[in-house]
Amino acid sequence: MNFPILSSITLLPALGALFILFSKSEKNENRNAINLSLFTSVVNLFLAIFLWYSFDKSFVGFQFVEEQNWISGFIKFKFGIDGISILFIVLTAFITPICIISCINSVKTRLKEFLIAILILETFMIGVFCSLDLVVFYIFFEAGLIPMFLIIGIWGGPKRVYAAFKFFLFTLLGSVLMLVAIISIYWITGTTDVTQIFEIKIPVKYQYVLWLAFFSSFAVKMPMWPVHTWLPDAHVEAPTAGSVILAAILLKMAGYGFLRFSIGMFPVASEYFVPLIYTLSIIAIIYTSLVALMQEDMKKLIAYSSVAHMGFVTLGIFTFTPQGIEGSIFQMLSHGLISAALFLCVGVLYDRVHSRLISSYGGIVNVLPKYSLVFAVFMLGALGLPGTSGFVGEILILIGAFQKSFLTAVLASIGIILGAAYMLWLYKRVVFGKLEKDELKKLKDLNLSEGVVLFSLVTLVLFIGFYPNLILDTIQVSVEELIKNYEQAIIVNLSIIK
Amino acid sequence: MENFDLILPEIFLSLSICITLLIGVFFKNSYNLVTNISYIIIISLLLIIFNSYNESGNLFSNSFVSNSFTNFFKILILLGTLFVMLITQNFIKEMKINYFEYPLLLLFSILGMFFMISSNDLMSFYLGLELQSLALYILASLDRDNLKSNESGIKYFILSALSSGLLLYGCSLLYGFTGSTNFEEINLKMEIENTGAVFAMVFILVGLAFKVSAVPFHMWTPDVYEGSPSSVTSFFAIVPKVAGIAIFIRFLQIPFEQLIDEWKNILIFMALASMILGAVAAIGQTNIKRLIAYSSIGHIGYALAGVSTGTAAGYSSSIAYITIYVIMNLGVFGCIFLMKREGKYCEDIKDLAGISKQNPLLAISFLIIMFSLAGIPPLAGFFAKFYVFISVIESGMYTLAIVGLLSTVISAFYYLRIIKIIYFDEISNPFDKIKNVGITLTIFLSCSILVLFFLYPSILNNIVNELSIN
Repeated sequence: MNFPILSSITLLPALGALFILFSKSEKNENRNAINLSLFTSVVNLFLAIFLWYSFDKSFVGFQFVEEQNWISGFIKFKFGIDGISILFIVLTAFITPICIISCINSVKTRLKEFLIAILILETFMIGVFCSLDLVVFYIFFEAGLIPMFLIIGIWGGPKRVYAAFKFFLFTLLGSVLMLVAIISIYWITGTTDVTQIFEIKIPVKYQYVLWLAFFSSFAVKMPMWPVHTWLPDAHVEAPTAGSVILAAILLKMAGYGFLRFSIGMFPVASEYFVPLIYTLSIIAIIYTSLVALMQEDMKKLIAYSSVAHMGFVTLGIFTFTPQGIEGSIFQMLSHGLISAALFLCVGVLYDRVHSRLISSYGGIVNVLPKYSLVFAVFMLGALGLPGTSGFVGEILILIGAFQKSFLTAVLASIGIILGAAYMLWLYKRVVFGKLEKDELKKLKDLNLSEGVVLFSLVTLVLFIGFYPNLILDTIQVSVEELIKNYEQAIIVNLSIIK
Repeated sequence: MENFDLILPEIFLSLSICITLLIGVFFKNSYNLVTNISYIIIISLLLIIFNSYNESGNLFSNSFVSNSFTNFFKILILLGTLFVMLITQNFIKEMKINYFEYPLLLLFSILGMFFMISSNDLMSFYLGLELQSLALYILASLDRDNLKSNESGIKYFILSALSSGLLLYGCSLLYGFTGSTNFEEINLKMEIENTGAVFAMVFILVGLAFKVSAVPFHMWTPDVYEGSPSSVTSFFAIVPKVAGIAIFIRFLQIPFEQLIDEWKNILIFMALASMILGAVAAIGQTNIKRLIAYSSIGHIGYALAGVSTGTAAGYSSSIAYITIYVIMNLGVFGCIFLMKREGKYCEDIKDLAGISKQNPLLAISFLIIMFSLAGIPPLAGFFAKFYVFISVIESGMYTLAIVGLLSTVISAFYYLRIIKIIYFDEISNPFDKIKNVGITLTIFLSCSILVLFFLYPSILNNIVNELSIN
């Protein structure tokens, strides 16, 4: 296929943003901007689904590869996808229109600029998942900071400046070490093309340091304990659409990075650092779940639950078993949907009452029945009830973990119980109980745009919960290939040591 | 008969300066006339240099060289000056410092820089340096009724004269220990171990470091930048730095080529110290000119990091860095000249509060330039740093690379603070609407180059790599 579909998917949102920037309509500028951005993002979603449809699931290696000379004789602009990245592209393309619809209600000022920022961010996010060159990857990975910084800082809550700075500087600090590592890889292997690096194989003696440099970046982005502290701040202060994108996609970049770069390029080091990852993951799962229990702010609670869920993801990735890795990818996608939906649910309440504190709610099931039902589905999905997408990911990760370390798996299971505890308790305090507060009595149930958004998310969460093969089929071949390469590298390394 | 084509730009410049000076003296209120003539002079110079860009050769018993390296820097200096004159024209008239000497002094300092870059001999180098510096001293105190401007002029003069003295002492030592003032002959003499020459080199490097304001010889920079009229500050921050980096490369590459082990450590130290100080000291600044002063110290650190590798790739990366630095700083100063409220020019960064609503275009220009100065991809500032660190890591200097990149994180803080003030803070009074084609054009060019650079980043590489670096 000659049509550069990946570049089109990547560049289309930026093009749309450019259109919005220069479009001028006398009246109803906001309406115009929303229509344009929605159109762009929906077209992009169709392109992404078409890409998924034409994706060859049994093909080993990268498809739709595009190559272009970029920095002469040195870096090629290389795009390509495999089973791991395709679904993240679809997820990104799916979440963006949802964000755009959600901001019709919530963003009151400078809507046009907001939509431009969201679309530009979409370009950068898709670019991250498409790029097959370390430098190109780094550029997209870092560039996403600019729109996100502005989204938090301009449209955020009262402590937005602190949150935006913390987000930006934490992530930047993690990433610069990765840049050093990328340049070092260039001088070690003579290329930054990922597929070539997989073949050349980086000498084991360098792998440990390079792995740590990449880890420093991904751990901050993931976020792993103890560098997770930027996430609750960023989530709480960001506007709803910002939180949704942050939780649904930006956090997944790190998980994707671990799979593609850490395991792919440094298999021996990945094996070596497994205890570190397990420890941090377990601490993340248990500690942040406990912290989540104590939160009084709904957004903060969901933010901490994200850290715990991401703990499962890192745990699953570093089991190096098919179940663990497939479970991790599944968990990332499912968390992308569920946490996005939970933030939207909080956003629905916040738009009406202007409070995120749990204590300002109670008994809203009496006035918002539809909302309460939808919220229940996502809440159950977040705690991993069978039948929702959350269950499949967690069970696969635990199956993978039990094969490697019994203790870790047991500790991780405790996290599931804690997850159920804080989620159910949150739901009980917000939805059930007596309707006592006067301002709650006049609330109106979901309007059309909110209904469309939340209902489409409910459908997806239940659908892939009942039919996980939709996703597992796509990723299977690539995951097997990943594990095969990993095991080969380990065996070669062992034979060298002997 | 020697080939005088090589020195044509300098001859043309000297003659036209003398003629313009006469015109300026004989006509009254001749600022506009002299400025317009200066534009013509600069543009003709650009044409002359473009015309003989690739010709190389030497003159006057090898004391003057001209090749693509010197020509590239001359073009950069000319373009920098041209745009500086464009963005400052309005400011100068309003501040009533529109003396016809201003464009002429700029041209004099350019002439000095030209000789400095092209000189292949300690004597002609020193003469060029002094010509440049003398013009700059007067420029710093151009606003002669203003106490701060006078103070900065005198401060700059005293400190710079001291550093010139050190440099001259270094030159005389070098002559004493090698018996020649010609760069290439000095290099030949260095082949045998020559401890005296190392001393000479240290003195010369100190003098040069002062001129580019590298730490620890940077103390004059913030005061002079703040005190001088903004029009002069914009020149200081851009053009002499370009010439300084060119001189660094020429000195390290020809006369001191054999001393690489000695000067490498000095440069690594200066680069590290400049990067760290530039990042940390700027955090507390509230005056935007002081802030730019510290940021330029930091940027010189990155440029010197490239030079400190001592490889051709390293030199090229520094040249690419300084080119992008020029583009970014032209944009910054263009924006600074738009910061005018109720007829007065503002210098406090708090004055930028909330301009994103009233002046959205100015705000977005600031946004692009600040992120680019901070080195965030996909803007051009990132590529500048990227090239430098590629050559630094190639030479195995991991400490320099890691410390350098960490200090970009620290410096990102104060660039972000400006963006925060612009976009996140409460609105204050709007700025006056200034319609000025020169400023708008400069900002527009600067921002579009910074944003679109990623589409074809090799364009600069190709030019820079072809420069005749030994």
